[in-house]
Amino acid sequence: MDMKVAKKLGLKERYSLMTRDLAWDTTFQKMADVFPQTTYEGIKIHDWDKWEDPFRLTMDAYWKYQSEKERKLYAILDGFNQNNGHLSVTDARYINVLKLFLGSTPPLELMAARGFSMMGRQMNGAGPRVACQMQAVDEYRHFQTQIHSISNYNKYYNGMDEFAHQQSRMWYLSDGKSFFDDAITAGPFEFMVAIGFAFEYVLTNILFVPFISGAAYNGDMAAMTVGFSAQSDEARHMTLGLECIKFMLEQDPDNLPIVQRWIDKWTWRGTRKLASVGMMMDYMLPKRIMSFKEAWEMYVEDNGGALFKDLARYGITIPKCFAQTVEEKEHVSHQSWIGFYMKPGATPFHTWIPTPDEMDWLSEKYPNTFDRYYRPVLEYLDAQEKAGNRYNNKTQPMNCQVCVSTMKFNEPGDSMEMCFRESVYRGEKFHTCSDHCKEIFDNEPEKYVQTFISSHQALQGNCEPDGVDVDAPDYRPGARMLDYWRLDERATGDFNGSDDQKNFAVWREQATKN
Amino acid sequence: MSNAFIAFQKNDESRCIVEAILDDNPGAMVDDQPSMVKIDVPHRLVIKRETVEEKMGRSFDLQELQLHLITISGHLDETDDEFTLSWNA
Amino acid sequence: MTMLKTLAPYEFKSSDAVENYKGRQLLYVNWERHRMFSRPFVLALPPETPFSEIVDRHMSECFSYHPDWQQIDWNTVIWQNGDQPFSPDRDKSLKDNGIGHKDLIRFRTPGLDGIAGTGY
Repeated sequence: MDMKVAKKLGLKERYSLMTRDLAWDTTFQKMADVFPQTTYEGIKIHDWDKWEDPFRLTMDAYWKYQSEKERKLYAILDGFNQNNGHLSVTDARYINVLKLFLGSTPPLELMAARGFSMMGRQMNGAGPRVACQMQAVDEYRHFQTQIHSISNYNKYYNGMDEFAHQQSRMWYLSDGKSFFDDAITAGPFEFMVAIGFAFEYVLTNILFVPFISGAAYNGDMAAMTVGFSAQSDEARHMTLGLECIKFMLEQDPDNLPIVQRWIDKWTWRGTRKLASVGMMMDYMLPKRIMSFKEAWEMYVEDNGGALFKDLARYGITIPKCFAQTVEEKEHVSHQSWIGFYMKPGATPFHTWIPTPDEMDWLSEKYPNTFDRYYRPVLEYLDAQEKAGNRYNNKTQPMNCQVCVSTMKFNEPGDSMEMCFRESVYRGEKFHTCSDHCKEIFDNEPEKYVQTFISSHQALQGNCEPDGVDVDAPDYRPGARMLDYWRLDERATGDFNGSDDQKNFAVWREQATKN
Repeated sequence: MSNAFIAFQKNDESRCIVEAILDDNPGAMVDDQPSMVKIDVPHRLVIKRETVEEKMGRSFDLQELQLHLITISGHLDETDDEFTLSWNA
Repeated sequence: MTMLKTLAPYEFKSSDAVENYKGRQLLYVNWERHRMFSRPFVLALPPETPFSEIVDRHMSECFSYHPDWQQIDWNTVIWQNGDQPFSPDRDKSLKDNGIGHKDLIRFRTPGLDGIAGTGY
């Protein structure tokens, strides 16, 4: 008798059986009541089944591969930590990259996990629901593994232990927080364009690829492995974002102007959010893989350019801000570093002036701008520091009402002039850093009048540690800001003379002899 | 014509995958970076299961690519036999 | 017209309405072409504050780190409130100078363009 062997299912069949075939349309309750959020933004969807994940990843395969990734990751982390891997990084300045990353990134991964959990509930179709659920789990995993990988450094270096407290309080973390708060309080389709498309597809390469490659180049196996592990999920996230855009555009021609406005808005918001990545690449990595400008050209101009050329068949045009980002790639990393350098008492990481050969590298990478605008001021500040007069600007910043960056960018076309834009809404002035942020404000002022600006809140008396009487006659707003931030003073100030610098030198010395 | 691209972490498995890509995609350009490798191909990049299996000397499920991927560019289509990234314009 | 779309009535106050500052108002100050200071600074002051206090105390405290500060010829300084030309009277208050909540005072010092003329 012949044995009948069940043939192994193909990828397409398996995907179909394990996603759409497990879903159903509700009948006791109206679908519109079960999924109330997918209509009010004005996006018209006629057939949810048209959305398919091109990876065709099913939940069983997902768990299999994700658990494999976790096993690899934690094996490497253990090995790195057991072998005092923190002493193998290029020099102790590098560790400040991790401090900046820890404050700015894992909390946003957690926000992404929340956002995609909501999408996994709200999307009508089974295809996007499953993909969003997977992404929610991924983002949660990134949040955890990033903290785990950096926790070993926290045993040795200052400024890492209060990142969660600082996330919603510190001035320089407000831009990222505002970015995700804006996205998660939008409707589900706008969230998908904001995070799934503009951030994951157009911009995330700028953050992760240079960060990981940079970590590897600087001897940090812990950050490298956690970055790689997270990044291996990103290709799936990028695909989800792109599929979402195509799906909306193919479903109804009325969706085009809405989608275009969101692409314009979120490409710009993401660009502003990534300004500090530029300074990480150009100033904070002791060994640099490529300049921020080069990375921008490779991952945003070329790759983003290819994407928008492709989407032109749907009527999508390149984001309005693109020309300005091309101009700014020559400037933002330098402008950001100067902004941080001048506040040595207000960040849990150290800053410093680049060495002469690092400045030469910057001249070579930025032939149009570095010597013309930035080298003279950096050399001046260096001389001041060496003369015992280290720059320390104690004033509070003015911030953009939309992106919450400090107002530090130049007028397009004139690198000498600051860029200021202003709107009036219900009799009150609101300041923005650019035409693009102004347009975002003017489109939805009801939303952005609520922005949390750290310096303003401090001046209102809302940023005080417990026990401060804001009605006392001698009350001075902001006088106890460091306590409010729980900022460890050992983590502040110039890198030169810091505990981190001294300890690293001693420990590395001990690692090489008895 | 735009490039489709894919980047992998450098390891023994991805070395075989990269070799397979180079065999199957004339015009592929390899960009070696610290601990990662990026391959650009004009217009369309394809990874064939059979070629990867030949290089590895074992059977290979294209979904295993998930373990080594860093980033991609292009529209994706994945079947049991081929993993394709392409641009329409 | 707003493009905001919501599922329910959406009415929230401005976080920075003047009444949140207990009798004070916000003022931003920027020294043009001196970007070493990165961005304008912000103060919360009673509207009765004399303008001279802005210059002699707050601007001086912040900007005197720059070598150009000592070189300023105050007779040639060009002032703006936002993008409007403006002639402040040192002895008058913010209010009497027409300076309102969240106004941005910008001042230019002709001939002084920052370290080595870089605008920094």
